[in-house]
Amino acid sequence: MYKRIAAGIQAIGHRAIDGIWRLGCAARFFILVLLKSTTSFLRFGLVIREIYFVGVLSLIIILVSGLFVGMVLGLQGYETLQKYGSESAVGTLVALSLVRELGPVMSALLFASRAGSAITAEIGLMKATEQLSAMGMMAVDPVARVVAPRFWAGVISMPLLAALFSVMGVFGGYLVTVVFIGVDEGAFWSSMQNAVDFRYDIVNGVIKSCFFGVAVAAIAVFEGFDAPPTAEGVSGATTRTVVTSALAILGLDFVLTAFMFRGVD
Amino acid sequence: MQRTIMDFWVGLFVLAGMVSLLILGLKVGNLTSYNTGESYTLFGNFENIGGLKVRAPVKSAGVVVGRVTDIQFSLETYDAVVTMDINSFYRFPKDTFASILTSGLLGEQYIGLSPGGDEEMLEEGDKIMKTNSAMVLEEMIGRFLFDKAAED
Repeated sequence: MYKRIAAGIQAIGHRAIDGIWRLGCAARFFILVLLKSTTSFLRFGLVIREIYFVGVLSLIIILVSGLFVGMVLGLQGYETLQKYGSESAVGTLVALSLVRELGPVMSALLFASRAGSAITAEIGLMKATEQLSAMGMMAVDPVARVVAPRFWAGVISMPLLAALFSVMGVFGGYLVTVVFIGVDEGAFWSSMQNAVDFRYDIVNGVIKSCFFGVAVAAIAVFEGFDAPPTAEGVSGATTRTVVTSALAILGLDFVLTAFMFRGVD
Repeated sequence: MQRTIMDFWVGLFVLAGMVSLLILGLKVGNLTSYNTGESYTLFGNFENIGGLKVRAPVKSAGVVVGRVTDIQFSLETYDAVVTMDINSFYRFPKDTFASILTSGLLGEQYIGLSPGGDEEMLEEGDKIMKTNSAMVLEEMIGRFLFDKAAED
């Protein structure tokens, strides 16, 4: 009995130490990537190539999801607001919730599952097929040549994707409430412009998506680089990227929101 | 894929992202009405500011002419000192009346400026002398009940 409790506590301790050790590895790897990113800025073609795979190819899912999220927000907002006779405020509702929260968070979640998983799988497979070691043999640093461009591509793409998501969402809300339901167009835009402050709402949303971009890209490249060089290891790393990124995005979002929007006075 | 085609798509993507930020600023946000330009500061002492908040609009005849930038409690006069930034484009006479009003029945509170007839204009750092506090519902009900009791 006594021994079993001790073994249980030991298992908890083991897992905790393992987790902290991995976190430390990830932090050191992150700093290593930052230190070795000079090459990716000197040879910007490498980053552009990755932006194509990470950003441009994610466009379709981002744009379509943004449109539908905006349309649903418009419908639901109208449904509730018209009970109070203030259906013109639906523009405010759609724009504020998209610009502040849904735009950055939803696009980051989509980005993690669409692009983050691809980055992890690619780097993991390169490691499993010993391409990374081959690069090392040829005196090409794999962190500078493979990891850093992918990291920066993710960081650059994320805010742009979030902005596109928000714009598509606002357009979707406009489509449903003004064009289909028939809310007054002038009231829709003017109430929106009255409520959305450029510095307070939009800039803060962009700052949020920058943080998410760094988090998702860092997790994706670390998981890929750290994956055990087997088929099973790569698949596990890909799953971990999506799960960890999602948790990191939601946790970061809470912290950032608490700092940004807890009321000014 | 050819390098040039890839460059083209990435360029398009970055441009689209920038344009959507611009749309967010101009069409969704209030960047058009943002005066990065000149503004001057006015102060006003209010007995009670009710629910007035920093960043609340300052309006005259319903037009937004500035914003509340700071609200402090004054230990000298024991009332609230409200700092307002007014767009330099709009000038008001010295005897302008500032009152805290509510937009709609449950709307947010703002400062309404009603200009007087003075020849001299308010300058940077001036204090608005004539102010009217926010209406506090409890006080109004109290006064109403008091009047009722006095009638009987």
